[in-house]
Amino acid sequence: MALAADPAARPGAADPMRPEVARVTRRRPDGPDVVTLWLDWPGWKGSAPGQFNMMGLPGLGEVPISVSGGTGTPGRVMQTIRAVGPVSRALAALEADEALTIRGPYGRPWPVAGRQGKPVLIVAGGLGLAPLRPVIRHFARHRAEHPSVDLVIGARSPADLFFHDEYEDWREAGLSVALTVDHAPPGWPGRVGVVTPLIRTEGPVAAFLCGPEIMMRVSAERLTGHGADAGDIHVSLERNMQCGVGLCGHCQLGPVLLCRDGPVLDWAAARPLMRIEEL
Amino acid sequence: MKIEGLDHILGQHRLFRDLDPDFLRLVAGCAANRVFPPGTRLARHGEPMSHIYLVRAGHVAAEIAAPGRGRLRILTVGPDEVLGLSWLVPPFKWGTDAETVDEVRAVEIDADCLRRKCEADPAIGYAVLKRFMTPIVERLHATRLQMLDVYGPRR
Repeated sequence: MALAADPAARPGAADPMRPEVARVTRRRPDGPDVVTLWLDWPGWKGSAPGQFNMMGLPGLGEVPISVSGGTGTPGRVMQTIRAVGPVSRALAALEADEALTIRGPYGRPWPVAGRQGKPVLIVAGGLGLAPLRPVIRHFARHRAEHPSVDLVIGARSPADLFFHDEYEDWREAGLSVALTVDHAPPGWPGRVGVVTPLIRTEGPVAAFLCGPEIMMRVSAERLTGHGADAGDIHVSLERNMQCGVGLCGHCQLGPVLLCRDGPVLDWAAARPLMRIEEL
Repeated sequence: MKIEGLDHILGQHRLFRDLDPDFLRLVAGCAANRVFPPGTRLARHGEPMSHIYLVRAGHVAAEIAAPGRGRLRILTVGPDEVLGLSWLVPPFKWGTDAETVDEVRAVEIDADCLRRKCEADPAIGYAVLKRFMTPIVERLHATRLQMLDVYGPRR
């Protein structure tokens, strides 16, 4: 397992922990407790897919939020937030023209480069779709380099699915997009059930999994059971990230500091960590 | 135009892939190739389970009617999956309602016929039962995950 951080993972600021000020330019509710914010952030230089920023509000604290868009647009970034705690609830409640603190990007990104010729599978569960959106857009742009690009999206209910307006764009780019929900009201025309039956690849595949850890585990086990190499399966793990640069140790997961060595790990590295109940 | 035999079609379904050709022919003797338009009711909770459906294309929704909550869709069965897993378990009745969501192409197997063949020849019975255990166990695992509500708020 190579844990040396990618140079692309390093924040651009001279002091990587010094927050800057960003301003909300647009706010879109994306579900019962999910909001996407577009930010005007003069210091933003872009990021690699899968990296995250530390977003905060003075007096409340900071939380790590994966970049869901704007990886290649200096000055403008898109962040999708699930309101689950005091800080994320306050961030999700921000309206256009309101300000917040932000620093980043941090973490090792999804290794999307160098996968030419392989089938690609992207499995997104719940809010896991947000950090995978830049991956999806990357493979939509590079669709011709892969025999297939399959996207499986799982959610709690149809109301919890987000980024709907992009599904058709992704299909038009040649991606196979399958949706499933755990529970559905009458009239839902899509699938009901877990994501695993929709994972139909056999043999080698470049896989990118993000969502609840149980979902990633059963998905990765299904893939390895069907001949995928653990080194070609990547997952994104989430722990209590605070400093973002591997100093404070809050996000330690066994031998790994997830903010620095993750959040993206290959399955060979993640599998033993996800089997330890205490971690 | 080449017309494929039902045993060949059965052998293409994940459930019976690579099954011994003799067994496939026996199972095919209980089967018919069917197409159902959207909205076709294939099963009703509590009614005798007369058929098993090996879905080849399209989707079937398994639903349970809950008093005061309407019809709850609990599962969708799609291509290469099976509708009707409790065909070998008395009292041989459906545990859910089932209706096609879109046009469904499926191999319809007469459950009585298959049960008789399995009873008459334990080798066939064991081979068929082993095949059905995979979707049964997969569905059990999937149901556990659904019950965990992994996308919901942490409790």
